[in-house]
Amino acid sequence: MTALTYRDAVREAIREAMMADPRVFLMGEDVGRYGGCYAVSKGLLEEFGPDRIRDTPLSESAFTGIGMGAAMGGMRPIVEIMTCNFSLLALDQIMNNAATIRHMSGGQFNVPVVIRMATGGGRQLAAQHSHSLEGWYAHIPGLRILAPATVEDARGMLGQALQDPDPVLIFENALLYNDSADVPADQRCDIDRAAIRREGADISLITYGGSLGKSLEAAHLLDAEGIGAEVLDLRVLRPLDEGAILSSVAKTRRALIVDEGWRSGGISAEIIARIVDGGFWSLDAPPARVCSEEVPIPYPAHLEEAALPSVEKIIAAARTVMGR
Amino acid sequence: MDHPAGTKVQLNRDHCLTLLREMIRIRRFEEKCAELYTVEKIRGFLHLYIGQEAVAVGVMQALGADDAVVATYREHGHALARGIPATRIMAEMFGKQEGCSGGRGGSMHLFDKANRFYGGNAIVAGGLPLAAGLALADQMQAKPGVSTCFFGEGAAAEGEFHETLNLAALWRLPVLFVCENNLYAMGTALGLSESETDLAAKAASYRIASEAVDGMNVVEVEAAARRAVDSIRRGDGPRFLECRTYRFRAHSMFDPQLYRDKSEIEIWMKRDPIVRFRDWALKAGEMHDADVTRIEADVAAEVAQAVEFAENGTWEPVDTLLHHVGAESRL
Repeated sequence: MTALTYRDAVREAIREAMMADPRVFLMGEDVGRYGGCYAVSKGLLEEFGPDRIRDTPLSESAFTGIGMGAAMGGMRPIVEIMTCNFSLLALDQIMNNAATIRHMSGGQFNVPVVIRMATGGGRQLAAQHSHSLEGWYAHIPGLRILAPATVEDARGMLGQALQDPDPVLIFENALLYNDSADVPADQRCDIDRAAIRREGADISLITYGGSLGKSLEAAHLLDAEGIGAEVLDLRVLRPLDEGAILSSVAKTRRALIVDEGWRSGGISAEIIARIVDGGFWSLDAPPARVCSEEVPIPYPAHLEEAALPSVEKIIAAARTVMGR
Repeated sequence: MDHPAGTKVQLNRDHCLTLLREMIRIRRFEEKCAELYTVEKIRGFLHLYIGQEAVAVGVMQALGADDAVVATYREHGHALARGIPATRIMAEMFGKQEGCSGGRGGSMHLFDKANRFYGGNAIVAGGLPLAAGLALADQMQAKPGVSTCFFGEGAAAEGEFHETLNLAALWRLPVLFVCENNLYAMGTALGLSESETDLAAKAASYRIASEAVDGMNVVEVEAAARRAVDSIRRGDGPRFLECRTYRFRAHSMFDPQLYRDKSEIEIWMKRDPIVRFRDWALKAGEMHDADVTRIEADVAAEVAQAVEFAENGTWEPVDTLLHHVGAESRL
């Protein structure tokens, strides 16, 4: 067991992949000399050189597309986009090429690219650096969407993503980078399944990414009220592990979705639709959700806090679902 | 200074016949596509390459099997000139599973792994980053390939054009940018969309060696492409080739062409790349009328065979609808 921060875990995952496979390289804005916007890639330039730790201009569309082209040409690039808000500048390449080329070519070509980006609010970065767009991306067939919520997943998912023959997007909630945990040296990691992070019999808190910690804390506090909350970490937002969702709800008969994305048209709506489709008769109460409020993320701390899911909101919503 | 091998156009009889044959193949194939569109055998959008044949044919002469090609939604000509069989291209137009993209792509999305033909990209300028990425892969793996990206002059208005040219020059990527300047981005004339209409000058501003050639002259295009590809292969970084050309037909089959005068089309049709080259080659004694007749007959047979192949093709069963979204091994 080694104690690692989430940031170190991502860096170790990159290092390990680059040492194991000469086709792997990292490209993105300020990944090299600056050391990464969130210091994830600090030290890697010195270790691997500028060919494999490649600083790019502020050209999200071009460098993301170049990563995809390089992937089709036999490389295994990791493209880092500073924040998911900036990824919108590369959306053409992600949506119109990465997600479609296998299909349009009748299966002849695949795009084994990994695109990492920071997501989420809570740092007073206002309305162009704080959004959670992973649910949007999860709308798109042809992409695999990962949301590592734990240090262990931050360490393990990248290597698996690089093995995937198709494009994988990894959303790292920026508030998690300083989290620290012991990680087993020879861990196994999949990028298909959700994981139960806490067992409970009364209600399923279904969440991912930056909301996992809040949900676990809420579950702990609910325990004191005699409510046994199960916490399901989705881990993979596309394809959703529907079996894990339905089996947890079948056990607890109640569901609360916690999602830092907006409510309208969000992935929380999709999860509830699947619960209603596949688990309606096992429900004892209408499913509910705690999402971000329907507002761009504001700058002042008290307004930002009010806009995001919180432990208090999760507890209040859980009580309602429990009929208390 | 001597030119290294392969940089000069060898205008012997065989090569003249090849150039003429390849251009006529495209012209007759496209004429047949237009006809098949009117009887609804081909659906969706159909963008014909008629008038621009010299560009694809000229450039392809400079490329080898290791090179990659990225093209646009007006790419039937590039696909034919690159060596994808007409049968499989026509079957793709029909949406049959024997098509070069298994029927999933249609006219705008022709792909072929065997010929390193990476589409068929229907987002203007969307193919430029991919081509630069393919070039980066070759560079990092020390492979000799040149990635060639075709696009229209309309792409110069897109951010991806500028982002990619900058990065390709910065990283000295082995990529050839071929801009087919046919003067209209759908219906918008170049002068209505660009403050600087000299496209080669735009590329040169990124320190990319650039050249503008008469895109209606197949020999001139081939010669320029050979110079460019040779320079790229020597490690001199990307090159930009502007081919000044003209499409004789509408943008797509839905275009009433309100934006240009018939007289303009007539002026350009006098520079028809096929007629011009054929007449030159006949006059120069590189071929005879009988050669042209034979080429026309061969091509007519090839196109007829392509249509028959497409007609006899089969529809993919609906139960495989969800294939080709992700690797089958991951399903």
